[in-house]
Amino acid sequence: MAMLQTGLQEIETAEELKNVINEYENVMVCCGRMGPMCIPVYEAMEELEEERENVKFFTMAFDSPESDIIKGDPACAGFMGLPFTMYYKNGKTAHATSSIQSMDQIKTVLDEKFGK
Amino acid sequence: MDEIFDVMIIGAGAAGLTAGIYTSRGKLSTLILNEGAIGGQMVLTNEVANYPGVEKTTGYHIASVMKKQAKDFGCKIKSNIKIDEYHLTEPVKKVKLADGREFRAYSVIMAPGGRPRSLNIPGEDKFKGTGISYCATCDGEFFTDKEIVVVGGGNSALEEAVALTNFATKVTIVHQFDHFQAFEHAVEEARNNPRIEFVMESSLTAFRGDQKLEAVTIKNLKTGETYDYPVQGAFIFIGYLPNTESLRGLVDMNSAGEIIVSPSMQTSEEGVFAAGDSIVKRYRQITTAVADGTIAALSAAEHVAGVKKKLQEAVLTPA
Repeated sequence: MAMLQTGLQEIETAEELKNVINEYENVMVCCGRMGPMCIPVYEAMEELEEERENVKFFTMAFDSPESDIIKGDPACAGFMGLPFTMYYKNGKTAHATSSIQSMDQIKTVLDEKFGK
Repeated sequence: MDEIFDVMIIGAGAAGLTAGIYTSRGKLSTLILNEGAIGGQMVLTNEVANYPGVEKTTGYHIASVMKKQAKDFGCKIKSNIKIDEYHLTEPVKKVKLADGREFRAYSVIMAPGGRPRSLNIPGEDKFKGTGISYCATCDGEFFTDKEIVVVGGGNSALEEAVALTNFATKVTIVHQFDHFQAFEHAVEEARNNPRIEFVMESSLTAFRGDQKLEAVTIKNLKTGETYDYPVQGAFIFIGYLPNTESLRGLVDMNSAGEIIVSPSMQTSEEGVFAAGDSIVKRYRQITTAVADGTIAALSAAEHVAGVKKKLQEAVLTPA
């Protein structure tokens, strides 16, 4: 059952996440809650979804045990701030960030990892 | 670019959205331009229990409903944009975005809000998200059984410090003065909590660590002595800064960068109003921002009616 109320598609299982990152070349997943540090990231992603056709944007609920796949990713070692934002390229983790990120910071990562 | 909006609102926090609801419901064509996330500081409040008429809700919920209300009345909202230039002196005001787009309006309401103040000391950027946090509700559980510092002396600092004792074994509040600015009940609750210690008349000068935060450097402001204090986490609650840098020289401000307004929310520039956390005022609450936004909207509506009347008279009067 979906736990996040955003305009983005929510991934609900680890299996679904694996399928998504294998199916699409460039994937961004924001793993968080409906909290003040996460909501600005979801909003930025909703806007970027309209302009970045080369990237697929998703959310995943931090409180779901299914998101252990993200929490256990080595790229997230030492993360102590929500949300955990993941960037996958060709099925592999390309980058990850912890805590709130601005639109400019997200765009920088997208440009760098996935191209403009 | 051809369209001239009746009212252009800068900012989509509580003040800006309220103004948008009022002007668009009043049949004024309204555009909200927002540089950050919709809801502003309001979405940083996890639980709102003192908003009149609503028993208990979240800041995010209030923001979402406000946005829907404004849109349902016909208000246009463009968020996550970047404003490059303001032209506010003419009867028709103009705003130019970084992407080259321009928008015009007969009246502008400035409601850019504020942002959490950061310490701007070495290590702050490095450990953001890996030891430094600005939201206890969001990140408190990551600091379970750890020792942390809370920086600040206002209501947020003391209330969040108490909340963080549900996770951390020890919370040290570091504050630059010898007294707190928080309400007495918040101070008392913190002082009565056995997990909280106080380091007064001191400030942080650096965050230290390799891969993760391991210590903060504290300076005693009275003696000048500095020392490293081992911690695994730091929460910073040292107030807010008004988002008014780009408005300097365009409207009158005080030394803190807050916009000076009249009781009708009129700024020093005719047809430009201001509301919310960016104006000079004592209390910054969702309710006060809503009130400011309402007054600014009604004042802007009056101004727009006057401008349109003058334009009509100019057309009807033979040269």
